[in-house]
Amino acid sequence: MTERIVVVGASLAGLRAAESLRSAQFDGEVVIVGDETHRPYNRPPLSKDLLLGEETPEGCALRVARDVDFVWRLGCRAEALDADARQVRLEGGERLDFDGLVIATGARARRWPGETPAGVRTLRTLDDAVALREAIGAVAGRVVIVGAGFIGSEVASSCRARGLDVCLVDLEAAPLAGALGEPVGTWLAGLHADNGVDFRPNVTVDAFLGGERLRGAQLSDGSTVEAELAVVAIGVDANTEWLTDSGLTIDDGVVCDAHLRCVGADRVVAAGDVARWPHPAFDGERVAVAHWSNAVAQGRAAARSLVRAEDGPFADVPTFWSDLHGTSLRSVGLPELGDEIRIAEGSTSDGCFVATYARGGTLVGAVSVERHERLRTYQESIERGASVAEAHRH
Amino acid sequence: MRIEVDRDRCDAHGLCQTIAPEVFALRGDKLEYDATPDSGLRDDVEQAVGACPAQAITLHE
Repeated sequence: MTERIVVVGASLAGLRAAESLRSAQFDGEVVIVGDETHRPYNRPPLSKDLLLGEETPEGCALRVARDVDFVWRLGCRAEALDADARQVRLEGGERLDFDGLVIATGARARRWPGETPAGVRTLRTLDDAVALREAIGAVAGRVVIVGAGFIGSEVASSCRARGLDVCLVDLEAAPLAGALGEPVGTWLAGLHADNGVDFRPNVTVDAFLGGERLRGAQLSDGSTVEAELAVVAIGVDANTEWLTDSGLTIDDGVVCDAHLRCVGADRVVAAGDVARWPHPAFDGERVAVAHWSNAVAQGRAAARSLVRAEDGPFADVPTFWSDLHGTSLRSVGLPELGDEIRIAEGSTSDGCFVATYARGGTLVGAVSVERHERLRTYQESIERGASVAEAHRH
Repeated sequence: MRIEVDRDRCDAHGLCQTIAPEVFALRGDKLEYDATPDSGLRDDVEQAVGACPAQAITLHE
């Protein structure tokens, strides 16, 4: 009988896993299950080029590296996993047998709790992005964005480029200050201000105002902001509910070993935002990395692990990029793990710098703004576990 | 095997160079590459195609 590997999640990680099964000479059946009706698409343009009208929904489709013969089950949600029987139960009750399983179900946007007026949106999927693009086109007044992380900041940037007034609120004193440190957060607050974003630190939204249509938001400092559109960008939650009774270990993601094999089952691996695994470059701490590069590298590694390629522990040091108000930011490693930040090159006041992040004296991340040529060197330092002092000498 | 890089799309992320240094090299923010790499490098090139954030690399048979 033909062997079958099922990939749950028609995502970047899922697609790269499926392709890698073929390049690793797996010649059985590969079934890709996805709850959206779209083939795998690229998420980074959704908050940038697509909102700006510089990219079409069709143009966001992920290109495949080789001709493929996958079986697509799209618009079909996986509802449960029976790891012992090696079956995935699909929406509607069908049971899909597998010899190997790749879990790549990713994460979803965290929604605002409770009822909200029409006009309060989140941005995660292609459908979300198309709807938001249309909503932006219909707004004459202001948009309020809740959460100044990367998604919130990118949406703020795109909305300003389309001529909207933007009020951006965040619980922290500066955007991304928790993840990237106070100096970078302060720089980003300045960049937003220079580009006309009304940034409100240390506040959240107490309530959205309006009946059927959004009229504005009541902020926790007592002030009120009028707005016709709101974007809630307060983080994501891993899609693991379908695995509740599977026997897998779930802890804000699917817990895996160093080879991305899921703890609690045989022949089951995970990749992408949903996977949590011990990263050798960060003292074996179990991390989940919601970066594009990680989805690519992990999709491949998980697939190879499933077909028993002997690749060693998954140790890819992730990279990340963002574009805000025409300024390019890139990172390597995991800056958010750092307990010590230093502006190693350039200066934040010039808007051209590299910040490094260390934990216990070991380099764990670097962020560059308009100074990317040196990032590769820092990435190599992280890969070999270099001390921050040594990394700064290079 | 022949490869083509769309320079309008390329953003000089450099992931291709990390994966396939025999084929791709960043000089500053300009990408140089071997358009007809040895067929033994196919797996690396396919991996680089899939790892390009800008989807700028096309592999022709």
